[in-house]
Amino acid sequence: MRTRRDFLKISAVGTGGVALGLSTVKLANASTPGGIFSKKSKKQVVHERFPTYCEVCFWKCAGWTYKDENDKIFKIVGNEDDPHCNGRLCPRGTGGIGMYTDEDRLKKPLIRTGEPGNQSFREASWEEALDLIAENLTRIKKEHGPECVALFSHGTGGKMLAHLLKAYGSPNITAPSFAQCRGPREVAFTATFGEEVMSPERTDIRDTKCLVLIGSHIGENMHNGQIQEMSEAIDKGATIITVDPRFSTAASHSKFWLPIKPATDMALLMAWIHVIIKEELYDKEYIQKYAYGFDQLKAHVKDMTPEWAYGITTIEPEVIRKTAREMGAASPAVIVHPGRHVTWYGDDTQRSRAIAILNALLGSWGRRGGFFNPEAVHLPKYPSPEYPKPQKSWKDAFPGQYNLVNEVLTTGICDATIPNPDLGCNLKAWIIYGTNLLATLPNQKKTIESINSLEFMVVIDTMPMDITGYADVVLPECTYLERYDGIRTSPHREPNIALRMPAAEPKYDSKPNYWIAKELGKRLGLEEYFKWNTFEEKLDWQLKKVGSSLEEMKVLGVKKMSREYDDLYSLNGEDYEFNTNTGKIELYSTELANEGFDPIPKYTHHPEPPQGYYRLNYGRAPMHTFSRTANNPNLTALKKENSVWVNPRVAKIWDLENGQYVWLKNQDGVVSSFPIKVRVTERIRWDSVYMVHGFGHLEKRLSRAYGKGASDSELVTHVMTDPIMGGTGMRGNFVTFIINDPKKEVAS
Amino acid sequence: MRYAMAIDTKKCVGCGDCVVACQTENNVPIGYCRDWVVENVAGTYPQIELEIRSERCNHCENAPCVRCCPTGASYIVEGGVVLVEPNKCIGCGACIESCPYDARYSHPDGYVDKCTFCFHRVQKGQDPACVSVCPTNCMYFGDLDNPNSDVSKVLATRKFKVLAPEAGTNPKIYYLI
Repeated sequence: MRTRRDFLKISAVGTGGVALGLSTVKLANASTPGGIFSKKSKKQVVHERFPTYCEVCFWKCAGWTYKDENDKIFKIVGNEDDPHCNGRLCPRGTGGIGMYTDEDRLKKPLIRTGEPGNQSFREASWEEALDLIAENLTRIKKEHGPECVALFSHGTGGKMLAHLLKAYGSPNITAPSFAQCRGPREVAFTATFGEEVMSPERTDIRDTKCLVLIGSHIGENMHNGQIQEMSEAIDKGATIITVDPRFSTAASHSKFWLPIKPATDMALLMAWIHVIIKEELYDKEYIQKYAYGFDQLKAHVKDMTPEWAYGITTIEPEVIRKTAREMGAASPAVIVHPGRHVTWYGDDTQRSRAIAILNALLGSWGRRGGFFNPEAVHLPKYPSPEYPKPQKSWKDAFPGQYNLVNEVLTTGICDATIPNPDLGCNLKAWIIYGTNLLATLPNQKKTIESINSLEFMVVIDTMPMDITGYADVVLPECTYLERYDGIRTSPHREPNIALRMPAAEPKYDSKPNYWIAKELGKRLGLEEYFKWNTFEEKLDWQLKKVGSSLEEMKVLGVKKMSREYDDLYSLNGEDYEFNTNTGKIELYSTELANEGFDPIPKYTHHPEPPQGYYRLNYGRAPMHTFSRTANNPNLTALKKENSVWVNPRVAKIWDLENGQYVWLKNQDGVVSSFPIKVRVTERIRWDSVYMVHGFGHLEKRLSRAYGKGASDSELVTHVMTDPIMGGTGMRGNFVTFIINDPKKEVAS
Repeated sequence: MRYAMAIDTKKCVGCGDCVVACQTENNVPIGYCRDWVVENVAGTYPQIELEIRSERCNHCENAPCVRCCPTGASYIVEGGVVLVEPNKCIGCGACIESCPYDARYSHPDGYVDKCTFCFHRVQKGQDPACVSVCPTNCMYFGDLDNPNSDVSKVLATRKFKVLAPEAGTNPKIYYLI
């Protein structure tokens, strides 16, 4: 059996080993590819179903799209063999049908006729739009080099465009999932354990005895598999400890809720580490065998007592001790959850390090009920020539910085776009796929400044979003229910593959991303990189290499494979070499020390709101994904706007009533474009307010979403950048209330 | 046979998947719903309790909607499931007024509509759509008269309550607390 290090090496290269499907396939009652039939006994109504995996969020649950007797898509149901969803989609997956039926979808290619930012376009043919893009990309390559084009991508379809861009010669392919989301935890866990947390997270929640959530609002964030497993853990009597200034849904299901003062989590984590070492609650054998730097850590936290942390966090010392003991008692079946969106205060890699260290002390990494070893199927790439070697990259704008970062920073691309005579790489064109950058990135002003510096910009999406107004060309992609996409190969307990195939013809004049990429490839002289005639042919070639076929996958939807590498849990005393400098779990990080950062995390005091202002916390609602679902007819029926949560004590000071609309103004004087409804609730602390992200759309063509609620992104103008990995800390913004319409006041 | 549902308030996260699944399964027009989610907050920060409930028709044994229906459009079928026959319904709304759970609505096509426990699925041995889709697995469905059904088993081991017991309707949605 090959080892985990072999697996990591292969993962890093992205090609290589081929897992063979060992399971025999039953083709029961499903001889027609793409259609399994459910028969109603009396009327013989046949419901055809087609495999897909969801594109409403990044969890990518596999399911079946059903068509009714009139050949109309009517429901989407989870695939029972899928480890991401176990047959149960979340509201967004169930409501994914709304992406398909939304009448506000982009319908034709568009070419801009007016000023950037305004949605003034004329309709164009695909031929004309693609020719225009190719013409500009050819010119930019000639004048500035191919590295001056960047791709922002979020979602499966972006992979074909990334292939196009690499063939074209640019390394600047980025996604907000790193610098605006999970980047700090991946860098921190890699510094500690030599491996990332990965997605879906490798947390073994279903078998845990103690789950600790630090601001992670599972249940409101609808990370399907995690919610299912948390529910299972509740059934089995696991202890849940939730740390959150807000009484989240998860807090309401927890044995312990620690209503922490915002921005002080690091002090709590260090005090927990102090107690666990002082009371010898840690896994001694595990630490002795696998860890490096225990003595330094012990000395470092000596004075970080619960009493010290009490003054910072407002969590009582006895509660800190008691919860630490709960973790110790559950060890190693305990998970201090790494979270997902963790770009909060600019010292996020260090906070994630403290979480990683805590897990290490409790011996939970690589153990049942802690963190399992995930494995993915390695699907070979369809044959195509080597990519050209880029001569420069976005990193040229940051000499000497971000050496631990293996991904491209979105905000780094923005910085590298604004002209600077001292820096080598000024980007000239962006292609934006499936991400509404104005809502995704903090500091809208800077994003717009970057866009204004561009020579050319393309947006590819299914919906008109705020960002489409800035594009020179807009291409309408068909939704995931109308297209093939690459095979899903995400890591899990059992390696598995999932197929997405179209259940219907694309509506309007929309096209799948692979067709767009190939057509652009042709026009850019890159035909050699797209040698397949049909996408089915490409998928079938790849699937046959791993012991399946397109025909089989059309019937199964999901196929599980056998594990090729080591066990699901590997650290029960066996010898093991971690992928770190010392080959050990680094409690003391030699890598961070080499880069001049603190090798063991320290508590940093973060600014507090000025008088009359409240810290702006934001999060998710389970029926929405970012800002992309705000116009989905099925999901807006559940929640059409966000509200600002205000503690009753604060409401009293401001004379606010439940249901009243107010405007929010931040510390930099930025006022929300739209008013937001006040929700007076005891579920929030008096020093902060809370709102769900993704509302307050400025785009008028979103008939259900335009002007509904307020945008938190608009109010996040102060960004605290993580010096280690460039993450954009967004939770240091403070807002106050404006009771009367500020626009009217200006007019009078 | 008496069909019933138990819903675990200790697991429900109020995501609304039950609502969307019902909508697509039963072709409920957008803007209307047969089931919905209620959130109750009690206490003062930081001593707070939150109860989240997925609510719907209680398929009452003593159903006021059936008693008051002037045309017989509301009726009880096998398993105690309360249904509405759209062709017989004149849309008078008496049943809507009589329901202590506010579980019925006027369908834009002119009749009264509500949860059917997905009778079309239950007849085939499947769970109602809301139960089958719930990501937290917090809903249990089955026959109260069968001690081995999911719903009987969970009610035998957990504390539970019903809504508006004072109405004397003998509701068949149980909330595990």
